[in-house]
Amino acid sequence: MRKFAIWPIAASVLVILPFVFDSGTSLTKMSLMCIMAVFALSYNMLLGQTGMLSFGHAVYYGLAGFLAIHAMQVFGGSASSIPLVMIPLFGALTGLTFALIFGWVSTKRAGTAFAMISLGLGELVAASSLIMRSFFGGEEGVSSDRSKLYMWLGLDFGAQIQVYYLIAAWTFIAVAAMFAITHTPFGRMANAVRENPERAEFVGYSTQMIRFISFCLAGAFAGIAGALAAINFEIMNALSVSGAQSGAVLLMTYIGGVGHFLGPILGAILITALQISLSDYTGAWMLYFGLMFILVVMYVPGGLAGLIMVHEPVWRTGLLHRLVPSYLLLAVPALICLSGAVGVIELAHHALVKAASEGPQMLLFGLGFSSRAWLPWLCAIALFALGAALCRVVWPKVKEAWSEVHKQMKQALV
Amino acid sequence: MTASADRSNPLVSGMQTAALALREVRKQFGQTQIIRGVDLDVQPGERHALIGPNGAGKSTLFHLISGRFGLSSGEIQVLGQSIVGKRPFEINRLGLSRSFQVTNIFPRLSVFENIRCSVLWSMGHRYAFWYAVNSLSAVTERCEQVMSQINLTQRRHTPAGVLTYAEQRALEIGIAIAADPQIIILDEPTAGMSRSETAHAIELIRRISEGKTLFMVEHDMSVVFGLADRISVLVYGEVIACDTPERIRGNQAVREAYLGQAEEQAH
Amino acid sequence: MLELILFSSLNGVLYGMLLFMMAGGLTLIFSMMGVLNFAHASFYMLGAYFGFEIARHLGFWPGLVLAPVIVGLVGALVERYGLRQVHKHGHVAELLFTFGLAFVIEELVQMIWGKLPVDYRVPEALDFVAFTMFGTTYPAYKVFMLGIAILMFLSLLWVLTKTRVGLIIQASLSHPQMVAMLGHNVPRVFMMVFGGGCMLAGLAGVIAGPALVTQPSMAALLGPILFVVVVLGGLGSLTGAFIASLLIGLVQTFAVAVNLSLSDLLHFISFDPNAGSVLADLWRVTVAQIAPVIPYLLLILILILRPTGLMGNRES
Repeated sequence: MRKFAIWPIAASVLVILPFVFDSGTSLTKMSLMCIMAVFALSYNMLLGQTGMLSFGHAVYYGLAGFLAIHAMQVFGGSASSIPLVMIPLFGALTGLTFALIFGWVSTKRAGTAFAMISLGLGELVAASSLIMRSFFGGEEGVSSDRSKLYMWLGLDFGAQIQVYYLIAAWTFIAVAAMFAITHTPFGRMANAVRENPERAEFVGYSTQMIRFISFCLAGAFAGIAGALAAINFEIMNALSVSGAQSGAVLLMTYIGGVGHFLGPILGAILITALQISLSDYTGAWMLYFGLMFILVVMYVPGGLAGLIMVHEPVWRTGLLHRLVPSYLLLAVPALICLSGAVGVIELAHHALVKAASEGPQMLLFGLGFSSRAWLPWLCAIALFALGAALCRVVWPKVKEAWSEVHKQMKQALV
Repeated sequence: MTASADRSNPLVSGMQTAALALREVRKQFGQTQIIRGVDLDVQPGERHALIGPNGAGKSTLFHLISGRFGLSSGEIQVLGQSIVGKRPFEINRLGLSRSFQVTNIFPRLSVFENIRCSVLWSMGHRYAFWYAVNSLSAVTERCEQVMSQINLTQRRHTPAGVLTYAEQRALEIGIAIAADPQIIILDEPTAGMSRSETAHAIELIRRISEGKTLFMVEHDMSVVFGLADRISVLVYGEVIACDTPERIRGNQAVREAYLGQAEEQAH
Repeated sequence: MLELILFSSLNGVLYGMLLFMMAGGLTLIFSMMGVLNFAHASFYMLGAYFGFEIARHLGFWPGLVLAPVIVGLVGALVERYGLRQVHKHGHVAELLFTFGLAFVIEELVQMIWGKLPVDYRVPEALDFVAFTMFGTTYPAYKVFMLGIAILMFLSLLWVLTKTRVGLIIQASLSHPQMVAMLGHNVPRVFMMVFGGGCMLAGLAGVIAGPALVTQPSMAALLGPILFVVVVLGGLGSLTGAFIASLLIGLVQTFAVAVNLSLSDLLHFISFDPNAGSVLADLWRVTVAQIAPVIPYLLLILILILRPTGLMGNRES
């Protein structure tokens, strides 16, 4: 029963948030986070649930977004009685339809081949967006006015606060539905196919069919996200079906953690927040994302959610405080190393990209220096090297703390 | 006279009554012939063992029967239906279930989940994504039943990958029998087990195969002679003998090819 | 007409050989290590940029020799300190690692050399006309490129069939685990194969850079086509990669040369769809316009007709 409490809590949080963060930019940020959460969760239906790595998931998001935008134009212009709140349904149907078509072909292969096919199909659709100008609108994209549709409950959804609640409501429905699906016979068999596709066949299930159904459901929910994006931004352009968008949702989902239902939500929130704020501070934010992704793949394959869940049994046995001292000890050299790395990247970025137009002076962490002088470079590299070396020294302490905790946990079981 | 109407044709009538029937089965990989014309019948309700020296092709034969490999030529019928060209899941749905020599479980799913996945199709739930799996009491009941049969009830929430080797072998058998299949084929179920673990396993296999057709590959002769109603001997891709355990023991050709080596090793 | 066929064939074979220079290394890496190097086209790009830098300071010919070697070393280091770490997390993690690597390489290239194309020029020694046929000239540099590609192909063939390392690699194409069990220093062989594959991709970049545009998006443009080539040929089959490379090279080149549109064809049979509709875009599209997506259409076709690819039999 305690587990069911999370749903009303989540709903309340969604309702209360605009009262805490009430500026226009915050509302847009939160709306975007909701959209990305749905998108990332739909992607994880493939990757985390069924073990299918796709590089072309943006196709279903983008195509549904375009259809939604066109639908908004049509329903806004005519005397139809279809309100804005129904548009995400059209998005779902679009995503489902294209997933049925492309999925039938894609799921003929699995593993690496499937990943490459998804890449190829994504490129196909992205290239078509340049050819089919009347649907995709060319470089400017397609825009629409969401307030022109039939008014539902007297709301025209022109204001961002109304749009936020529409998005939040649909997000809640989509997330609940995706969660529910994981607890159905199909959902369980999808996990089985992920774990051992061969054995799944020997217990009576066609793995191709499981993958196909997963693909279609994932496409449908991605379609909801796409339609919500169309509503939010009132414009859709070819970027939304691009390889870059597919890469972005992959990044988000993986960093958040593919092994846990909440992972993609965490990843979506984190990456969206970083994307918006980091780009204000540094021009090299894409590079940071790439490096972050590589580090997660190499050292934290369970992602953020995985990292948190590793501590869950420790927290439950009340031993979490035993790990804190070693973590604090590790945090110091880690921060030193990080600041050194950031220093090097920012210096390099400034010297290579900005110095030509802005001159050699730059600002970092409130300190001003020239990116041409050797001293800042030396300091940054020294910080990085020192931090890394100290991390190495401190790491065994963390391992010790963990083995202590494990020992105590085993004793508690006995 | 067509073959199907000719009931006096032993080939045809034999196939129709047998639970599992193989005729002139051949399998080659490139130029290498592994199975060279196997004829074999497993009668309904029988416990039938397949023995033979290493490399005889026993596992290959299992893969042919369960659909992992396709036949090069010949015919295999499961419960009267031809399975040539069928995918593993199609064969499983006919009522044949197998275990693997190298443990082939769902590592990160719990013991309970492993068993449940094996049960879902046979209980008619197919690809349903519109109702909760936890609400299916018949499914949960069946899983409890199977888990108690294989003695893993206390380990129900443990991820299968963390179980001990013997527990995993038990789970392996559990997955094979969970869907209540009519034909159970086990590939070296006691491989790697100690004496006491093997004794337990024999009891388990005897229990779960009551009223069912059992076809198994084994190297451990105590298991074979303790359980089997009939034994077939496979040597270099051909069945050289198929008879009751006593007569197999006395069969000269079998002794030369196989049992002779085992007796030497026993000394 | 004949001139069109002749020059398109030449260009098509050249493009196909260029693709194979990369697809071959990619297939070897995949067969040996089970990981598809998403960053393979990025190493191609690094080859072009390194070649450009070295050409700026030392000349084209030193660049031709040094750049591929440097790229190969970078590849070996990536394998040793990056990929090997990820190996224990499985094939998906390895593929994602190389995906992240491709991303980071593109960002770094953009940062160092800028977002605009760089002026990587054909060396003066090769900047002349090779021959003229039917009034159209064919540049000597393209003949040079073809020569290098064929040389590389023959060298690869020789290494694979006549040297000990080559035999080990060939064995790993079908039985990777066995190779390890035979006692060969598999990690070292992995590093060599990965580095070698990257070196070939780098070589392709050095010679293609002056002919095609050297810009930060060249990896993202060529990458997907490269992966389609290996899936089309059958993952893990070197012969399949060769056939698929030539096929795509020729088909794409011919498509660009032939400039018909579907509407021209339909007009021929007196069927004129109205101009403004969504589908009208499709009718009006010329074969040249869809040339970039032809590889993907071929991919879909082969998936429907022969899912394991032209010559493939290994599922990953």
